[in-house]
Amino acid sequence: MSVLRLQDIDAGYGDSPILRGVSLHVDPGEVVVVIGPNGAGKSTALKAVFGLLNITAGKVLLEDREITNTPPERVVRQGVCYVPQTGNVFVSLTVQENLEMGAYVRRDDWRPRLKEIYEMFPDLAEKRNQPAGSLSGGQRQMVAMGKALMLDPRILLLDEPTAGLSPRYRGEIFQTVKRINAAGVPILMVEQNARQALAIADRAYVLVDGQNRHEGTGAQLLADPEVARMFLGAKG
Amino acid sequence: MWEFVNFYLIPGLVLGCIYALGALGITLTFGILRFANFAHGEVMMLGTYLALTMVWLFGLHPLLAALPAMALTALLMLGLDRAFFRPFRSAPTIISVIASFGLMLMIRSAVQVIWGTQPRPILPGVQRPQAWLDGAILLAPKHVWILLATLAIMAAIHLLLTRTRIGKAMRAVADSPELARLTGIPVETVIRATWVVAAATAVAAGVMLAIDTQVETMMGFKMLLPMFAAAILGGIGRPFGAVAGGLVIGVAEELSAYPWLGTAPLLNPAYKSGIAFAIMVAMLVWRPSGLFRGRVL
Repeated sequence: MSVLRLQDIDAGYGDSPILRGVSLHVDPGEVVVVIGPNGAGKSTALKAVFGLLNITAGKVLLEDREITNTPPERVVRQGVCYVPQTGNVFVSLTVQENLEMGAYVRRDDWRPRLKEIYEMFPDLAEKRNQPAGSLSGGQRQMVAMGKALMLDPRILLLDEPTAGLSPRYRGEIFQTVKRINAAGVPILMVEQNARQALAIADRAYVLVDGQNRHEGTGAQLLADPEVARMFLGAKG
Repeated sequence: MWEFVNFYLIPGLVLGCIYALGALGITLTFGILRFANFAHGEVMMLGTYLALTMVWLFGLHPLLAALPAMALTALLMLGLDRAFFRPFRSAPTIISVIASFGLMLMIRSAVQVIWGTQPRPILPGVQRPQAWLDGAILLAPKHVWILLATLAIMAAIHLLLTRTRIGKAMRAVADSPELARLTGIPVETVIRATWVVAAATAVAAGVMLAIDTQVETMMGFKMLLPMFAAAILGGIGRPFGAVAGGLVIGVAEELSAYPWLGTAPLLNPAYKSGIAFAIMVAMLVWRPSGLFRGRVL
């Protein structure tokens, strides 16, 4: 059974749908990447899963439970964590307080998890008492991901985690995404930097104009001439 | 030298403490609910009348009477939020501001109907200042209470905001309500906690003001300007900024009457409330984010 499955989703703001009949799924242990041109509805797909906009047709399944149009504060409680592209840390809270807020909905003792997160992100352990707003863009992304992982999520949704980062940090973020995945967390990630994202993806989808265009393994899409022409620059 | 300390600096600090406690609630509600609550002064006044009633009914000391009054006012505030603010949560800010203005008028009128408009003392009799440090410092016991109680409340608020789960969640919502929602922080619970803290600190400020002066139905309205000035001076949404702002404005108001040049007061004491206004306007013009980089109104 897939961890997350979108079935023929129509979704958008108000009456005009941005997504038209989008289907995709994430199986246990997978990194699934969604690429596509600007305005293709990649981020919209994540927001639709998270209840941030209205799904007018189709359904979203989390394992075997339907979560179509469940509001975000309830989706979180079901173990789906979403890291938005911007504004994804509490800038005036310290790194540790951010992680604690990530565990807000946990009823059990979250401190062992905090230790694990610090082991996964040693940089964060060092800066635990600094305000998150004082960190660099790359480190903030680490805080945002660490904060989401505090919940031990069943699936992690990442919206363009490398947007606005320098190439050096980009590589670091993709490595981090792989590490998180290696620890057993399935990931659905929307990305602009298609080549690097496809390189770490188990499977990927190409959305164009709010519809599914291609799908395949990361390697297949990297080798696909049309995908190469559209997203990877002339040389693929 | 001691005359300056006893008659200008210490009264300034006492007044500053009262402003600071009042401004704390304004800055917290602004930070979390994102609107300027004009009813804050009236909530303070209403709570002070409740404390006065406790003093009458049970013969409590005013500072003790403040505790049940704080609890009662906090409960009442939750009801007022449910009735007057919650329906407008997702409406434009100006609607909540106008609602708070209406609430201000309603509370004041209700208090005037119930308790009358005549000013009343909450602490009977006159307290003679006592000599401290070999007679150098003259300080009435009630002023010592006010200073100590303010310190205790500030320490409690500091611990609340930095050590407790709900306090950190309050800061998180002040930072970004959207992210708080995505994180699963129950924003409505945080808003209720904010009202409780705002109401309790407002009543504490009101009772202290009443101990220092008296209880009257215009006390909340008169406090509104210095409280907003303190919140803006400190940077809106910055609790410790509000405390610093309150102290600065309280001290500045009192020091403005000191005979800095010659023998006459620099500024006729009748105009001292203009100081808060002048500071507020100056901050809004030159540094709207306040001393501690708060949110711009």
